[in-house]
Amino acid sequence: MTPRSARVVVAGASMAGLRAAEQLRAAGWTGAITLVGDEPHMPYNRPPLSKEVLAGKAAFTSLSFRPRASVADVQWRLGTKAVAARLARNTVELDDGETLSYDGLVVATGMRPRRLSCPGPLVGRHTVRTIDDAQSLRQALTRPAVRVVVVGGGFIGCEVAATAVALGARQVTVVDPLPLPMAGPLGELLAGALLKRHEERGVRFALDAGVTGFTGDDHVTGVALGDGTVLPADVVVESVGSVANTEWLDGNGLDLSDGVLTDEHLRVGGRPEVVAVGDVARFPNARYDGVPRRVEHWCIPTDTAKHAAKTLVAHLTGSTAGLPPFAPLPTFWSDQHDFRLQSFGAPALGKEDVRVLEGVLDGDVVVGYHTGGRLTGVVALGGQAAAVAASRYRAELLKQPAPTA
Amino acid sequence: MKVVVDMNKCQDHGQCVFAAPEVFSMDDSGRLAYVADPDDALRDEVEEAADVCPLQAIRIED
Repeated sequence: MTPRSARVVVAGASMAGLRAAEQLRAAGWTGAITLVGDEPHMPYNRPPLSKEVLAGKAAFTSLSFRPRASVADVQWRLGTKAVAARLARNTVELDDGETLSYDGLVVATGMRPRRLSCPGPLVGRHTVRTIDDAQSLRQALTRPAVRVVVVGGGFIGCEVAATAVALGARQVTVVDPLPLPMAGPLGELLAGALLKRHEERGVRFALDAGVTGFTGDDHVTGVALGDGTVLPADVVVESVGSVANTEWLDGNGLDLSDGVLTDEHLRVGGRPEVVAVGDVARFPNARYDGVPRRVEHWCIPTDTAKHAAKTLVAHLTGSTAGLPPFAPLPTFWSDQHDFRLQSFGAPALGKEDVRVLEGVLDGDVVVGYHTGGRLTGVVALGGQAAAVAASRYRAELLKQPAPTA
Repeated sequence: MKVVVDMNKCQDHGQCVFAAPEVFSMDDSGRLAYVADPDDALRDEVEEAADVCPLQAIRIED
């Protein structure tokens, strides 16, 4: 039982914040819950922003999550931002001047896109993080015969490039400082196969290339590269990683060097009344090497919310959680053109030993990543058959010990 | 409990199968099949399946 007057404040009202509220209820929290979120929208689903929604195949209005009935009584403070916290006093300050006191605090403030700091005009430069970003990018991409430069050859960048081709852009070029797209998470073998697939479908690449500036007076007309080339561009998409929204936690002695550092139960700064969820949380995964990392996969808000809520409610109600350390099995997917990438486990930790497990690289394929002879992750590339094959390896990855810290 | 999957939205990611294997399954060609009226004892699992659906295509109707 929790006292009615007690309150948990959830800072951040996107997927992680919503799931945290739902899981607090599922874990038995009957006190008040206040969700504070800077966007004016109710929590919505982000993956379609670079794919179906950008392509016009799904409406913006279809993205909202359906909250569980258990959170019907939470207080939503949308369009409001947490700007400061005093953890020693259990208070959070909002940008409208109000100070909220809390018994428990959930840090769910997520990430924002990193921006390029090169000289040149700002108009015509886009990011893809929010519904408003995607709306504005869709407008830009649906003008006739646009030339598009995507800066950043990661998953989002490559998804946007694929979608831009499908929308009929005149020219789509992906710029990346590395020699292959998506090689960081996937390794060279699959990255090479992906480069080929993208090129066959009309995406151009400028690799080993850095952006030095943007040409144009008011509106971007081109992207200048380090070797002097200027790629003509009507639309530029910056997809160069993200920055954690943790400034509001400054001054509390926390490790905010990349997101907010947590322990193996997602507790922040040794404070049992403060937990972090979603991609802002930098947590150790007991399934792997115990090195704390932020994970920007779609499943992480839900996984972290479930564990963190149990941790927090146990503390607030004076019971013992008795939870094993947090040990999620990572999973991610990416839809690009007519193929899907589906991953289970942690391929990036096994990039030194990559083997084709099933299929062939230019068809449906399942690739395994190993370290010390142990399978750390699998990635399927291709159609549905590849995804089904990959899911067979998921059981093997799950069986592997999640060592207790 | 009544489970409804919007098959126009479903893209056969299979996350629901992992969350609630007694309710959701994939056939050999990777298409989703599901039990439309599962036992109420499975509610937690089905709620989790609905949460982890990347397309948010699963709805629980009481």
